[in-house]
Amino acid sequence: MPISLTVNGTPHTLDLEPEMPLLWALREQLGLTGTKYGCGIAACGACTVHLDGRAVRSCTLPLSATEGKSVVTIEALAPADSPHAVQVAWVARQVPQCGYCQSGMIMAVAALLADTPAPTDDEIDARLTNICRCGTYPRVRAAIHEAVAMRAATVPTDAAAGTGERS
Amino acid sequence: MNKWTRRTFIGAGTIAGGGFLLGVAGFALAPARHAVVEPAGPGPGQLTTWIRINADGRITILVPHCDMGQGTLSALGMMAADELDADWAQVEVIEAPGVDTYANGYLARTITGDHVPAVMARGFDYGMYKVADWIGLMVTGGSTAVRSTGEFGMRVAGAAARQMLVDAAAQQWGVPARECQASQSVVRHAASGRQATYGQLAEAASHLKVPTSPTLKGPDAFSLRRTSAPRLDIASKVNGRATYGIDVSLPDMLYAAIDIAPVQGGTLQSVDPAPAMALRGVKKVVSLPNAVAVVADSYWRARQALAALQPVYTDAGHGQVSSASIFAAFDAAIGPLPEMPADATRVVRAEYRVPFLAHASMEPLSCTAQVDDTGARIWAGVQDPLNARTVAAKALGIDRERVQLTNHLLGGSFGRRLPYTFDYIELGVQVAQQMSPTPVKTIWSRETDMQHDYYRPAALSRHAASLDASGRPLIVRVAFTGDGDGEALAMPYAIGKTESTQKESAHHVRLGAWRSVASSQHGFFKESFIDELAHEAKADPCDYRRGLLSTSPRALAVLERAATLAGWGTPLPEGEGRGIALCDSFGSIVAEVAHVRVDAAGVLRVLAVDAVVDCGDVISPDGATAQVEGGILFGLSAALMSAITIEEGRVAQRNFRDYPMPRIKDTPRIRVEFVRSDAPLGGLGEPAVPPIAPAVANAIFAATGVRVRALPFTQTPLRKA
Repeated sequence: MPISLTVNGTPHTLDLEPEMPLLWALREQLGLTGTKYGCGIAACGACTVHLDGRAVRSCTLPLSATEGKSVVTIEALAPADSPHAVQVAWVARQVPQCGYCQSGMIMAVAALLADTPAPTDDEIDARLTNICRCGTYPRVRAAIHEAVAMRAATVPTDAAAGTGERS
Repeated sequence: MNKWTRRTFIGAGTIAGGGFLLGVAGFALAPARHAVVEPAGPGPGQLTTWIRINADGRITILVPHCDMGQGTLSALGMMAADELDADWAQVEVIEAPGVDTYANGYLARTITGDHVPAVMARGFDYGMYKVADWIGLMVTGGSTAVRSTGEFGMRVAGAAARQMLVDAAAQQWGVPARECQASQSVVRHAASGRQATYGQLAEAASHLKVPTSPTLKGPDAFSLRRTSAPRLDIASKVNGRATYGIDVSLPDMLYAAIDIAPVQGGTLQSVDPAPAMALRGVKKVVSLPNAVAVVADSYWRARQALAALQPVYTDAGHGQVSSASIFAAFDAAIGPLPEMPADATRVVRAEYRVPFLAHASMEPLSCTAQVDDTGARIWAGVQDPLNARTVAAKALGIDRERVQLTNHLLGGSFGRRLPYTFDYIELGVQVAQQMSPTPVKTIWSRETDMQHDYYRPAALSRHAASLDASGRPLIVRVAFTGDGDGEALAMPYAIGKTESTQKESAHHVRLGAWRSVASSQHGFFKESFIDELAHEAKADPCDYRRGLLSTSPRALAVLERAATLAGWGTPLPEGEGRGIALCDSFGSIVAEVAHVRVDAAGVLRVLAVDAVVDCGDVISPDGATAQVEGGILFGLSAALMSAITIEEGRVAQRNFRDYPMPRIKDTPRIRVEFVRSDAPLGGLGEPAVPPIAPAVANAIFAATGVRVRALPFTQTPLRKA
């Protein structure tokens, strides 16, 4: 039974096993390799994508759970000519080192800011559990605060509090 | 310190469209007062660095190193571009292809043997990877890229190209070259008001005689170095476009999942392929001497099918080995704690131990290969493309010239993808050979990656010291197992007499180079023991070290700055403490002060780390800071939580649940400062790792009175019962 879902705004019908994790369908069937395989057990977060706006770990999410839903990957977090505030802050703070975990990290942070527009350090600690082996965490934290500050400076307050930032 | 001179072989040529191409060949270095050694001249294995200037002004700098997150391409590009006086916005830096022309092992030869600047003599010694073995390789490792390729390759290339461009302009204008100024990719003649861009001058420059010993800038003239110019690789790493080895895709490519004999050295005895072949998408079950792989039309299908198999392996006679038995053998090999003279009055003895460690790079190992009648093509991420080609050629039984390798970004590495650790290439090409001519991407699961690493050695180290009446060490003796080389006693401190003995205690666990190599364990041993001596001497740990550094002014300056930065000596609440550690590795001196809290239940939290570094000059301050931050967190993983243990001959840990990693909640506030000195450039990828574990251990002692002598700290109750 094929599975129908929307990926980065485009509808797809995938004739794949319902238990196949979304990660491998994205990477191999749809060629979206920005989403990474890190552990396969939802422990590291390198595979984080948005499912109907929520951050999910695609390496353990069966395709069957995506039926009729909307998936957004790092490739479509924002248009190339108008990057997401998190991406802008990531460049400003020169966050990535090897970069392998950063797609998942950025997707997790974008989802965090969508429901918690100005997280405290404690909230960041509690909500952001992605692993970065290079040790970019100090810059991740600084960049989150910078993204919040940038949005406060450029977006009207009521819009910033909503979910409108995920273009 | 001798003054070092650079002699180079440089070749230049014109490229289509009127551009300019310059290559710098083998280097010979010698103290200025000695004869300069002339290399035989450019040839295979000697060209190292290229600069290309197109007529439109675009500049391409080729760097013979890989990027695994350490920012090497940007830093080396900056070193060349600064000497070139290039407009950084027009510069592209790319990794040189993995062909002999770019072998950088030649560079290492300039700093071995009689020509080793003293400060660089250590840290090149990579345990089993002696630098002599690296000749003819194209290695990124040992924190060497900036201080060897950069200092002796990139700078010379940039300076030579600049001189040729200026000479070209001077000739065109009929003015003396010394009256011309280069800046931001433009040459100007102030008196006449004339100017020309590098692009306009490129072709003319390419016809000029190449300077054999171009003048390098003095530090005061640096215009790009010492600035935090943005790294060139960041943009692609925030939008998913960066392509790592695991991301390679080829038409009609198949995927393989692989299972390797769980006990190192074991072989595949039997496997029934039927359960896998019955599953959707499966093409073949490939039996190899020590592994079985399933090839399918998707990695997930291959992996499901692999899980359906029940391969039987031998254990090569190691099935009874455990971490406990390995440490028991260490204990027997080392024997009792080192003896001290009978008349020694104040003797301190201590024993430390560390476990095996996995690299656990975020990108699991992978190898994509296509094998056909013409040879093999490989796409992967490696720290040495040349040795990887050799390994593949040997596995396939073909000539190395018939193996091509396209290197990709490495999703971390930390020493896992060095020469002589290319099992993932060897297995990958063997699987692809079975499917010839179809390309196959073999991906190691996280579990396979973790259980088949080349591990940081487990080690046991026994220390003894005698102190004089004032508490200063008269004798320090160390006996240890595990890798060590010169690191066991390499300390900046004035100690009357030091002796170390490395004991052999062989086991079957594969060992490799883990970020900071032998310093990762010996830094912990040495700087914990010095702290114990300070305690015996009833001295403040920082004062005690200071008192032993009268002949090491660089180390003293680093120590004192770190203490000041961290507010050493200011009061802390109950249950909190500071610890300091000072390590000299890979040519750089690093002091770190850890501030910890241990609560009533014995739960440890590292609150803050202040790090001060003397790596000579700093090329890219922001990139350098990132390396120090990352090194601290890498070392914290080993200090706080990570350990590989052996049970029934095999690695017990499988994934991040039982080999945990620090997360953002575990991350202390980190402050990094650099002390600029006139010392030769030091490495930065590794030197921040060794001091953090002892700094935290010493802070725990200050906070609780509990001395932690084993890593990770989770093994030791941090509150006295």
